[in-house]
Amino acid sequence: MEEKILSILEELCGDEVVREDLDIDLLEEGLLDSLDYSELLVDIKSELDVVISPSEVTREEMNTPRKIIDKVKSKLQ
Amino acid sequence: MELFTGYTFFSALVLLSIPAIILGIKEKNIKYYGFFVTLVFVFLALMKSPKAIMYLVIFCLFEYFIIREYLRIYKAKGRNAKTYYIFVFLSLLPLMLNKFLPVLPGHLKIFAFLGISYMTFKGTQIIIEIYDGLIEDVKLFDFAYLFLFFPTITSGPIDRSRRFEEDLKRRISKEEYLDNLGTAIFRILLGAMYKTVFAALFYQAMLRLERTSDILELIGYMYVYGFYMFFDFAGYSHMAVGAGMIFGIQLPENFNKPFVSKDLKEFWDRWHISLSHWFRDFIFTRIVMKMTEKKCPKKKLNRASLAFLINMSVMGIWHGTDLNYIVYGVYHGVLLAITEIYEKKSKFHKKNKKKKWYHAIQWFVTFNVVMFGFLIFSGKLI
Repeated sequence: MEEKILSILEELCGDEVVREDLDIDLLEEGLLDSLDYSELLVDIKSELDVVISPSEVTREEMNTPRKIIDKVKSKLQ
Repeated sequence: MELFTGYTFFSALVLLSIPAIILGIKEKNIKYYGFFVTLVFVFLALMKSPKAIMYLVIFCLFEYFIIREYLRIYKAKGRNAKTYYIFVFLSLLPLMLNKFLPVLPGHLKIFAFLGISYMTFKGTQIIIEIYDGLIEDVKLFDFAYLFLFFPTITSGPIDRSRRFEEDLKRRISKEEYLDNLGTAIFRILLGAMYKTVFAALFYQAMLRLERTSDILELIGYMYVYGFYMFFDFAGYSHMAVGAGMIFGIQLPENFNKPFVSKDLKEFWDRWHISLSHWFRDFIFTRIVMKMTEKKCPKKKLNRASLAFLINMSVMGIWHGTDLNYIVYGVYHGVLLAITEIYEKKSKFHKKNKKKKWYHAIQWFVTFNVVMFGFLIFSGKLI
C-alpha cells in the first residue's frame, strides 16, 4: 500500500524526493498543487479503493507523504 | 444598526462581550450565551426591515428542513447521485431566486436580506458532506448558531459546519482563552484601523478619481480601488475573526498578504481565502476528479483549464449577476488556465523559476493582472 501511494506521488509530483523524505512539505515545496491533489484522490480511489472526499481533511493534514499514507491506512482499517 | 461599523455596534460589542469573557476565563462553555448575543445582533441589524427578518427565518427553516430531509433519505436509501443533485439544487434555490428573479421580467425581489450569499455556502456544504458520508447528524442548535453567528453573518469568513461544531465542543483552558482574548482585541483594533484609516484614505482618493475619463487617472483609480478593497475587506475580516475568538470560535482566515503573490494561483490562496477554498473543495476539485475519472477531456492541462474556467465563472456569478462580476470571474478563470499552461509547458519558466529577477517579474505581472481584475470588478469599465 505504501509503495503504491509513493509511486502515485512520485508520478504526480514528478520528483523522487517524495520517496527519500517522507516528511517533506509537499505544499511548501510546490510539489502538490490543487490540481495534483484532485488527481491524487482519484488515484487513491482507483488503485487502493479508498475514498477520501475533497473536503474531508484540510490540505495541511495531507501535506507530507507520511501523512497521506497514514490517512489511507486509517481509512483501510 | 450595521454590524462592525459605528459607535452603537462597538459599544454593544464591548458590553455584550463582558459576560462572554467572564465565561471564557471561568472555563465555562460560551455557546449558549454566544447564541443569545447573536440573536440580539441579528435583530438589531435587521430590525428596520421586518421583511428581511421574515426572509431570513424562512430561509433558515427551509435550509434546515431540506438538510434533515436529505439526511433521512440518505440513511434510508444510501448514496444516490440523483437525489444528491436535487438536494444540492434545493439548497442553492433561495440564492438563485434572489439573484436571478430581479433580472428576469417581473423584477421580483425575494429572499432579500444581507448575508444570503454567504449563508448559502453553509447549507450546500452540509448537503455535500452528508453525501460524502462525513456528516451523520445535524442538530438544530448547532445549525442555527452556525448560520447566524453574528461575526460572519453578513460577509464571512465562510465557516464550515464540522469545523464550527468542533469549536463548540472544545474546552478552552483559561490560559488559552486569555491568550486568544489578547489576539482578539488586537485584531479588532487592527481591523478598525484598516477600515477607518487606510480604507477611508483610499476611498477619498477614489472619489477624486472616479469621474475621470483620463486614461492615466483611470489607471490611478485602478490601484486605489484595489487597495481600498483590500483594506476594507481585510479590515472587516480581522474584526470578524477577533469577535469570533471572544466567543470561543476560531474562524477561518480570509487574507494572507495577497499582494506578495508571484502567480495567480498563489493569489487565490491568499485573497478571500475562505471563499476560494470553499470553491476549491466543493467545485474545482470535484470537477477535476470527475473529468479525470472519465478521462474527458483527455489531456490533463485541458481538464485543468476547463475546471478553472467553470470554477471562476461560478464565483463571478456568485458575486452578482451584473456583467462586471461575470466578466471578472471569466477573466480570472481564463488567466488561471493560462498560468497553468504556461507553468507546465514553458521551458523558460522551468529554467528560471528559482531566480530572483524572475520572481520580481512574476510579482509585477501578477500584481497588475490582479489590479486590472479589480478594475473590472469595480464596474468602471463595463
